[in-house]
Amino acid sequence: MNRFYRSMLFIPGNNPGMIQNASVFDADALIFDLEDAVSIDEKDAARVLVSMALETFDFKPSVCIVRVNPLDTVWGREDVLQIGKYHPDIILVPKADPEAIGTCHALLQDIEKENDFKPESIRIIALIESAYGVECATEIIKGSSRVDGILLGGEDFTADMQIRRTPEGRELFYARTRLATLCRAYGLQFIDTPYTDVNDLEGLTFDVREAVSLGATGKAAINPRQLEAIHRGFEPMESDVHWAAEVVATWQQAKEEGKGVFALHGKMVDAPVFARAEKILKQVEAVRGEELINHVE
Amino acid sequence: MLNSIGRILPDYVEGYGTVRPFMGAYENLTKVERKGVSALSNTCGGNKVREDLAELIGEIDIKDGMTLSFHHHLRNGDKVLNMVLKLIGGMGIKNLTIAASSLFPVHEPLVQWMKAGVVTQIVSNYISGPVAQAISTGELARPAIMHTHGGRARAIESGDLDIDIAFIAAPAADAYGNINGVQGPAACGSLGYAVSDAEYARTVVAVTDTLVPYPAQRVAISQEYVDYVVVVDSIGDPTGIVSGTTQITRNPIGLKIASQAVDVIEAAGYLKEGISFQTGAGGVSLAVAHFLKQKMLSKGVIGSFASGGITGYLVDMYEQGLFRALMDVQCFDLEAIRSFKENEGHQSMSASKYGNPHNKGAVVDQLDVMIMGATEIDLDFNVNVTTGSHGLIMGGSGGHSDTAAGSKLSIVVTQLIKVRNPIVRERVTTVTTPGETIDVVVTERGIAVNPKREKLREQLVDAGIRLVEIEDLKNMAYELTGEPEDLELDDRVVAVVEYRNGTVIDVVRMV
Repeated sequence: MNRFYRSMLFIPGNNPGMIQNASVFDADALIFDLEDAVSIDEKDAARVLVSMALETFDFKPSVCIVRVNPLDTVWGREDVLQIGKYHPDIILVPKADPEAIGTCHALLQDIEKENDFKPESIRIIALIESAYGVECATEIIKGSSRVDGILLGGEDFTADMQIRRTPEGRELFYARTRLATLCRAYGLQFIDTPYTDVNDLEGLTFDVREAVSLGATGKAAINPRQLEAIHRGFEPMESDVHWAAEVVATWQQAKEEGKGVFALHGKMVDAPVFARAEKILKQVEAVRGEELINHVE
Repeated sequence: MLNSIGRILPDYVEGYGTVRPFMGAYENLTKVERKGVSALSNTCGGNKVREDLAELIGEIDIKDGMTLSFHHHLRNGDKVLNMVLKLIGGMGIKNLTIAASSLFPVHEPLVQWMKAGVVTQIVSNYISGPVAQAISTGELARPAIMHTHGGRARAIESGDLDIDIAFIAAPAADAYGNINGVQGPAACGSLGYAVSDAEYARTVVAVTDTLVPYPAQRVAISQEYVDYVVVVDSIGDPTGIVSGTTQITRNPIGLKIASQAVDVIEAAGYLKEGISFQTGAGGVSLAVAHFLKQKMLSKGVIGSFASGGITGYLVDMYEQGLFRALMDVQCFDLEAIRSFKENEGHQSMSASKYGNPHNKGAVVDQLDVMIMGATEIDLDFNVNVTTGSHGLIMGGSGGHSDTAAGSKLSIVVTQLIKVRNPIVRERVTTVTTPGETIDVVVTERGIAVNPKREKLREQLVDAGIRLVEIEDLKNMAYELTGEPEDLELDDRVVAVVEYRNGTVIDVVRMV
């Protein structure tokens, strides 16, 4: 996966005003929701609304994700079949398990063929929100080559575990750590669960810090007001960016001089350190849209 | 004829007179004359108190064609205007002019007096609700005249608006006519809009439900201007006095706009010691105050004053030491009224002191930053806050044009689209405030600087603010809404929009 998403903002799929304005909030990705935000009697209308929005509006630079209904319901398959025609960037598969991911993959394959889309250009993010999902996350990832990442659904997960969701989030420690580790192992993104108290920006900041410390690459948001704190939390600090730029530049010079290891401000820089510096700059590039390491081979 | 902003105006409007076209915001600022006032003296300490409004109305000899004035400090809770007209309406009097500084939905009964020919002209700075609808659809015999707050004071002082009788709703008054706004069940704080009426009307009637012992304290309008004091059961409903929106918006789009507006203030160099600031009572405007407060606190900036209609939010900033004074023409909420009573630095100002362009110095001219709204704004930055895009009157300048002209940095904050209508458009339905006095437009989809402000543009760009052209904003809006269709309006002029200096900036035609 090429792009780094600090934030994914949920937009109710049945709210034309929110959909129309979705692009103004500078979220890295938008999740148009056909599932929980939409009542049963509005499922069809929301599907049409989101389809038309994908066709009509330009949401760039935000990436467009659609959360379809679970694929074992009467709406889920129809969602994928209808929405797929308008080529969203990503389908977010709820209640993800290996079977759901496989089903979605097959449906998208047919859609891409029928509509002459580039194969596997519609990607998948797995929304893991059950104990079973957490435990078979490896199979979920392996279930489709389209899977770009995992989003943890903390509310459903804690409900499934029959434990209480707390502002501190200790109950999510295992799920976060496991999914973050797996995603890192497979080179995917791990998007942390949304913080549900939209008025508690202090709690959100703490929660973001927790997610970052456990290896999340981004976080979902349920209100645009949460984006600033999320972006701040997932961006490398300016001092880190300076350090990384210096490492990469000096590495280039050292390489020309035939050195594999060198010292910068008295500290050793070797291949793993260089890799970390390069990753920081790539992360910043992705966010800012600037080329910071174009001179690096 | 065309005025200087290209609006087509008739040379003469029946029921209004010869049109003096607007020729620029800073034209016509020359030597002015104030009118003399003919008044009856009361040097023997005669009794001013009347227990019955009907009796008083019989006594003051109201005649056909007179002009009666009212203030709007009780806003949508006002009972005085309706009470007075109900008594006069049955007396066979015709052709009255009602000069009310603003009119609200509560003034619906006025429509029946318009239809009956009792009231044939209205002069006001802001009109909403059924009266606005009735004027727009031609129910008023003569065209309404729409002033600005400062322009109304100018018109009264110059004699352009000649008031026969001013009925002043008085939250508290003593028997000799000293009025204050801080006591009684309908306490509303400052009485800034009533001052010129009191000083220049031939007859001044204080209508109160709270008679206090002489001498009243915290006098806003003094006894030497007041002929009569009438005691009634109630002058206003306190729940209607509070302005509709005094809470910060939670709408994320509004918050984004507000946050960007504060970035503009900072980038333009005004976030510094002594900043003076005004914002309205809308949710987005208050959010601007919220973000400004955070910046002022983080940078340790102390402002000189905040002005205009005062809200609890500005009071909070004042009480936290972020402004040295509040200059208050009207209190928007109970917290502002409380502060007006308690805080020495919370000063009242008359509408003339606030925004009259023809006095010796208005507060708006000392203003650094003004945050304002717009119903529509065009490619020349002309703003409409008088009519909706359907052509119906739904507001008016109030202090919009005054503050835009006086402030050093006037910022319009608005969503690009409201109720499926583009706010930025090729041409506004009615011009209220000329584009030459608007510096910046901040929307959720981009910020545009008036091309006449080249230096400001450079400052903002240098500070990293991303700008777009106003035409880009219009195009973005049209892409989402389609191009708005031209309104089909009747030729009849139902309202004349006077700029603050008394020239005609636009006319409103019948819907």
